[in-house]
Amino acid sequence: MSPAAATVSAAQATTTAAETHGFLSPTGVEIAFLLVGLVTFGAAVVTVTTKQLVHAALWLVVALGGLAVEYLLLTAEFIAWVQVLIYVGSVVVLLLFGLMLTRAPIGRSPDADSGNRWVALAVAIAAAAALVWVVVDAFRTTWIDLDGAAAGSTAVTGASLFQSWVLPFEALSVLLLAALVGAIVLSRKTKARTQAQEAAGGTTTASPLRPPSPGPDATRSAVRGAARSDARSDKEGAR
Amino acid sequence: MNDALDVALRLLVVFVVFLTFPLIVGQAEHKVMAHMQGRLGPMYAGGFHGWAQLVADGVKFAQKEDVVPADADRRVFQLAPAVALLPYLMVLLVIPIGPGEGAVGEVVDAGIFFVLAVMGVSVLGSLMAGWASANKFSLLGGLRTAAQLLAYELPMLLTAASVAMAAGTVSLPGIVDAFEWWWLPWQIVGAIVFFVAGLAELQRPPFDMPVADSEIIFGAYTEYTGLRFALFLLAEYAGIVVLCGLTTVLFLGGWHGPWGADGLGWVWTLLKAAVLAFVVIWLRVTYPRLREDQLQKLAWTLLVPLSLAQIALTGIVKVVIA
Repeated sequence: MSPAAATVSAAQATTTAAETHGFLSPTGVEIAFLLVGLVTFGAAVVTVTTKQLVHAALWLVVALGGLAVEYLLLTAEFIAWVQVLIYVGSVVVLLLFGLMLTRAPIGRSPDADSGNRWVALAVAIAAAAALVWVVVDAFRTTWIDLDGAAAGSTAVTGASLFQSWVLPFEALSVLLLAALVGAIVLSRKTKARTQAQEAAGGTTTASPLRPPSPGPDATRSAVRGAARSDARSDKEGAR
Repeated sequence: MNDALDVALRLLVVFVVFLTFPLIVGQAEHKVMAHMQGRLGPMYAGGFHGWAQLVADGVKFAQKEDVVPADADRRVFQLAPAVALLPYLMVLLVIPIGPGEGAVGEVVDAGIFFVLAVMGVSVLGSLMAGWASANKFSLLGGLRTAAQLLAYELPMLLTAASVAMAAGTVSLPGIVDAFEWWWLPWQIVGAIVFFVAGLAELQRPPFDMPVADSEIIFGAYTEYTGLRFALFLLAEYAGIVVLCGLTTVLFLGGWHGPWGADGLGWVWTLLKAAVLAFVVIWLRVTYPRLREDQLQKLAWTLLVPLSLAQIALTGIVKVVIA
């Protein structure tokens, strides 16, 4: 289906939908959507406000899982499972791995607060406003027909991804490839420099890539280097 | 009302399978290991060849005190066993054991993705347990668990993708429907990689470095006692059931076999899964534990290239026969 045809059919769906649905008589699915949305929002807020590092990562699991449920309620089954697979199964595990490898104290860690919180809040609100505006403008009063064929099944998603959206898809994969190559280059360079310093009698913490910070501040830079096995030696001090 | 009854019945059947099959695998492990090591195994509980040994173990676990260490993060510590166990219950829902709607808990359109995604979640349970125990051995175990998952998730996904390409669908019943006997030699590399990666994700020997009892004292589960520890054990055996069922469905043709279409398909599925479960036990008795760096090396330098080669082969054959 071409984008133009999709727009036309969406417009038709809109006209029919606006006649048969109203905001004041919500169905069970709509109520569930709203409730899960509230839970997701709450979990996301706790994620950024909690003082316990690992709890933040675990609340992130709740927020990302809630998003997956929202996708399910929008009949986008494939997207929902990919969300769980990539974000809950891999990204959060990587986060937890990084935290545990560096510093994950049980209890509060008051030094983990960022001074940029107001800037971050402004950016988050701007991003949220832009996204809400785009979504509202794109879909307006479109309703999903729950009784018809699934609109978000794997076949439908695959077809639209590789027909209408193939160019963004390929651009994204090139971006990911560039990130992968960059990661390899970075890790190799650091290793060579570390060996050179060891030969010269220096220590790893004096690397110009990282500020020569003692224990507590090492967390962030150490997360970045978590995949490196040789990073372990200078983290012993942080424990 | 009829629909509700149908759903309730399916859920009940899956739940009963979830409670009994892991116990059967566990009892089989007791006996098979014993005979491979030239001994008898449990013989007294229940009278006949110690069949009730695991029931007795369960009673023992239920009687033990449920201890939470003083310095532990209480809520995360107590939640972890549930996070480890429940995903396997959900995976069992979608594994088809016979042809048709009647032989699967729930037909899921993107079945492969559902299964792999939910199985990945259960590892979070071990991570939570390892961190929340406030114990260095546990933390080490949790770390090793995470590293292992990150390494072995990729080959598992790639080989599953290879089967999905061959079948042209990501639905589990759809894949078994499309199965032909010559898929077996065609996908054999993928099957082995999938099975090995699955074993590693379950942390079964020889990939049990994260729980290595003689080195880091059962890793993430060091501080657990009583029922919560039993839940972790149950998760491991439920994981074996799920892995064997999945390998059967994806690579061994599920219900296909002589008289498979005449109502005996479920026997074939169970039989194939049982043979695989036997292999899992056999491997535990046969192979020593892999060292941590050997584990990582096996995944990144052998399994990932092999699964990529399998995908290439699948693609070529698919184009040639199309």
